[in-house]
Amino acid sequence: MSNIKYILGSFGDPDEMMHGIEKLQENNIKIHDVYTPMPIHGIEAKLGIKRSRLDILAFFCGITGTVSAFALIYLTSVVDWRNNIGGKPAFALPDFIPIMFELTILFTAFGLVGSYYASSHLFPGRAPRVMDLRATDDRFVIAVDAQENVDHSKIDGLLLEAGAIEVKHNERKYISYE
Amino acid sequence: MSGHNESILREPLITGSDITYAKITDDILMPVENKPNRAWWIGFIAALCGATLWLVAVSYTFWFGIGSWGLNKTVGWAWDITGFVWWVGIGHAGTLISAVLLLFRQNWRNSINRSAEAMTIFAVICAATYVVSHMGRPWLAYWVLPLPNQFGSLWVNFNSPLVWDMFAISTYFSVSLLFWYTGLLPDIATIRDRATGLRRKIYTIFSFGWSGNVKTWQRFETVSLILAGISTPLVLSVHTIVSMDFATSVIPGWHTTIFPPYFVAGAIFSGFAMVLTLLLVARKVLGLENYITMFHIESMNKIIILTGSIVGVAYITEFFIAWYSGSEYEQYAFINRSTGPYWWAYWMMMTCNVISPQLLWFKKIRLSIPATWILSIVVNIGMWFERFVIIVTSLHRDYLPSSWAMFYPTWVDVSVFVGSIGVFFTLFLLFLRVLPSIAIAEVKLLLKTSSEQAKMAQIKDGHLDKVYVKEYVESLEKFDSVKQEEYAKI
Repeated sequence: MSNIKYILGSFGDPDEMMHGIEKLQENNIKIHDVYTPMPIHGIEAKLGIKRSRLDILAFFCGITGTVSAFALIYLTSVVDWRNNIGGKPAFALPDFIPIMFELTILFTAFGLVGSYYASSHLFPGRAPRVMDLRATDDRFVIAVDAQENVDHSKIDGLLLEAGAIEVKHNERKYISYE
Repeated sequence: MSGHNESILREPLITGSDITYAKITDDILMPVENKPNRAWWIGFIAALCGATLWLVAVSYTFWFGIGSWGLNKTVGWAWDITGFVWWVGIGHAGTLISAVLLLFRQNWRNSINRSAEAMTIFAVICAATYVVSHMGRPWLAYWVLPLPNQFGSLWVNFNSPLVWDMFAISTYFSVSLLFWYTGLLPDIATIRDRATGLRRKIYTIFSFGWSGNVKTWQRFETVSLILAGISTPLVLSVHTIVSMDFATSVIPGWHTTIFPPYFVAGAIFSGFAMVLTLLLVARKVLGLENYITMFHIESMNKIIILTGSIVGVAYITEFFIAWYSGSEYEQYAFINRSTGPYWWAYWMMMTCNVISPQLLWFKKIRLSIPATWILSIVVNIGMWFERFVIIVTSLHRDYLPSSWAMFYPTWVDVSVFVGSIGVFFTLFLLFLRVLPSIAIAEVKLLLKTSSEQAKMAQIKDGHLDKVYVKEYVESLEKFDSVKQEEYAKI
């Protein structure tokens, strides 16, 4: 068994990279992950990645915000501490709407972004797990697990045939670790 | 994106004939990865002087109290609220560009959204400093939060627009910050992977460990779209609620239902003007002509004409309704605005906001960088006067003629305002140095479809209608970053 952990096909063009994914899949080679400097549309479908459910979560965060705002205003200014403001009704629903709206947005945004960071393991100071430093610059990188897929020369050939500029054999998974 | 050509009838969003993904990164990171040039230092030192002035003036206000401002018993709100509303208004363009234009799939937003959002955040910071410093006892600023009665005060009055405003501004600030920062993550990662040593360590912390794998990008796009969806009503609500600070009162000149849409249009108007003021200079100094093109400038000018005209119609409607209402107080407030002791402020506002943006109907003016830059400053002067007129002229002659008064600013008033501009520019110039001023990842998305070179390749391929090609080449004449010789050959 060789020491090579990952084979990286580094492409200069997103369309060629998509072609590379197809080539590998045709040959039943499992792709570990793909690293790109920008979002590539249609790649999720190709790699069989399920749709994100963050939108459903955002909806429930929003509802929580609306209900919390209503509960706060209702319990303070209607139930707990009724103030007589010029004889106007304490339960003045139209006046509650601005804050209910703002808190809906606030809860949605924080809930959504918080869950996004948590689910994608993004937090300040996290060691970046980068396989190719140029994947955030100008390269579109397909990573293949070299331990699972043993026919390395075939993978190299397929990647180069699809238009890869270079193929790297990394002995370490993440080169960004010092 | 793959295998999809955009029609050549649309103007290119990236010009230049040798643009690659690597060149986009290099060009945009140039100011971040190199030492600042002389222009930056001059600007930064000037801005820093302004910020120091602000610090002095605000400290003076905190020490001696609000009495150091020119306010009196009749005019209890003047420069502070004018400055606050002005800054919040300027802050509107950022979210409008990043959210509303994303929902409308306006791809030209990709190259200007980052700096516009940064501008939003800094403008809202300036606005917030006014709120805190006009409180009189700023160390008790947290009393605006809903705190329980046992804490020492009653619950806040949830029927008050000022409380709504606190919720609106703080939500707007924090949601804009989240939106901006989430969009920055891939670009901070780009800087990180190119840097070495200490810089790399710092950017590693701020990149949150971004790697750019498929799942993260997929979620990123969902998050961006939802944030855009919720920010769109948010941005409209913020200035609506700011306008309610005035509109729910019973002061003639303030008590009008037209205020929310009129304030929102005015906010977008002044925000775009400020974006132009900043970007016209930044694109030249930072050499970003290929990414922020004449098309972007013209598009922003068109939005200024639209919102400026809405503002103009609102001014006239307001005047008409004052007459039509039959309320003599309302009528007097408006007659006094235009012919009273503050007539000069009123006509300043009318000239700058209603007449000057109409000049942009002329293509020559719309496409001239110096003219656009001057007009963008004129618009913001006009928008400052608009708020001053609304606030001071409605207050200075109240119901009792014996209490009529004028407002005269003190040096503290003036310094807080001039200083806040210094604070704004200090923050903006620092931003240009440490973070990419254009969203790198988003601009890369445009390279294969909407760039000049992609369209050039389509033309060279043949198969295109000659009329369309001619039209396209003619549309390129306005670009200052396009080499016309290359098209003469075809």
